Amino acid sequence: MIHKANIRPAWVVLVLLLVFTLIFSFAKSTDPGAPVAMDVVQQSALHVDYLKFKNAKENEQCLKCHGQSKYTFENKDAGKMVRKKMYSDLIIKRDLFYLSNHREFKCTDCHSEDYLSFPHQGNLRMESKPSCIDCHGGDEKYAKFKFEAIDTAFLASVHSEKHSADFTCWMCHNAHTYRINARTNENLKETITYDNLICLNCHGDASNYQLLTDKQKPNLIDKHDWLPNQASHFTNVRCIECHARNDDTLVVAHHVVSKALAVRKCESCHAKNSILYASLYSYTVKENVKKSGIIKGLLFSETATIGPDQNNTLNYISLTIFGIILLIILFHAFLRSKKSI
Amino acid sequence: MSQPSERLYLYPLWIRIWHMTNALLCLVLIITGLSMQYSTPSTMVKFSVAVSVHNLAGIILSISYVVFFLGNLFTGNGVHYVISVSGFIKRLYGQFMYYTVGIFKKTAPPYPVSEELKFNPLQQFSYVAIMYFIVPLVVLSGWGLLFPQITVNSLFGVSGLDLTDIVHIVMGFFISIFMCVHIYFCTIGKSPLSNFKSMIDGYHETH
Repeated sequence: MIHKANIRPAWVVLVLLLVFTLIFSFAKSTDPGAPVAMDVVQQSALHVDYLKFKNAKENEQCLKCHGQSKYTFENKDAGKMVRKKMYSDLIIKRDLFYLSNHREFKCTDCHSEDYLSFPHQGNLRMESKPSCIDCHGGDEKYAKFKFEAIDTAFLASVHSEKHSADFTCWMCHNAHTYRINARTNENLKETITYDNLICLNCHGDASNYQLLTDKQKPNLIDKHDWLPNQASHFTNVRCIECHARNDDTLVVAHHVVSKALAVRKCESCHAKNSILYASLYSYTVKENVKKSGIIKGLLFSETATIGPDQNNTLNYISLTIFGIILLIILFHAFLRSKKSI
Repeated sequence: MSQPSERLYLYPLWIRIWHMTNALLCLVLIITGLSMQYSTPSTMVKFSVAVSVHNLAGIILSISYVVFFLGNLFTGNGVHYVISVSGFIKRLYGQFMYYTVGIFKKTAPPYPVSEELKFNPLQQFSYVAIMYFIVPLVVLSGWGLLFPQITVNSLFGVSGLDLTDIVHIVMGFFISIFMCVHIYFCTIGKSPLSNFKSMIDGYHETH
């Protein structure tokens, strides 16, 4: 007989489900969401007081024209002021430049001083640009970034092999906007988005892609149609985890391999000794443990991946509990058999 | 001299079908879940196969849970899951003492199975905990992992996906333990196999 006066657990669950749905909806409505590409690139750019930088005033000589989409100059022959449109690739956005690694530089640290006169001489376009290693190589101050190892890895990469000297550091690291991310940004997802945007600058943009090849740019969505949960992988994993040879020495792998050698096996990431723990993830977990302690650092480190998240402490605890329960069952069964129960 | 046994029809067809489906699904989910959690490149079940099978079994388990939930809500079976709070701890203790001491002295069970009392207090507590707390959590967190985009990015400063992952794994662990204990306790009956037979023909044999 059903005792209608009693509250069945089913009703309690329904009420709990309702409460859970309300909490979840509230959390979702206030959720900042996944980082949007433009937010990651222009993060806090609008709040940069760039005039505080020591070369800002001097740089304004260049940026008064190259800092916006239009520039004005005096045409002495015609005796009048002329307004022209600046070619988009030559526009240097002050906000992004003064957030970048090279924000303390003056323009003429890298560009010829001859650029200070206008109109610029045509042959200045042919000036060679320094590569990263030209300034950072052999410098103790930058030893932790391992520029020599990066250079070696890059020279072995498919980018360098296929395109030789045409493929320079600046193809990926825009000298005017690039800023260090993996070591400074505590938000792992933002770092992933930032790093992936570097790849997408060419692999997601046909006009940039075809600067070095006449081939049609492959459609990335179609090329990755074999990948389950594609959107989740794209927003949570860096392209280089599968497309570059990772090792423990570099936070950002530079030995990009050909598509034939790209990782395609689920077990490469979703298993013990996951390749994901060779670079950014192990670095992030180590840093999290340093900052937040073992429990928060290991358990809640934004690196949830099915398979490799095998916390040994939790494993030991669960195996011990399981072992004790099995022993109790075996002991109970043994006593029952003795008593023929 | 032992009492003559009585056959009680306690498990109607829908419960037996649900129970068998649930048992099979839980076994498949535990095997594939462990295979994913402790995955190595040489794991017996290939990761991609384990994921597909785990997802499919999880979806069927969700449907099976809804059947159980509605069945208990709208049929008489639900009454067996209603815990009468008054004196419950005492009843739990009594049942615990029977399993640890009384059974070996061959004393009569304190709460023998009847049509009104299908579960003893320990069974009632563990079944309610499993079916109304642990399984709903494992199902909800499973859907959260199946569609990561629906989980919140951050909850109380902790990664939402990470939290969902841990809840799913911990609840899965509890279900694994429950399965072992449940199967063992089912051997305590008129004969070691009689309770298993009950889940096939629906009749419980008292002892």
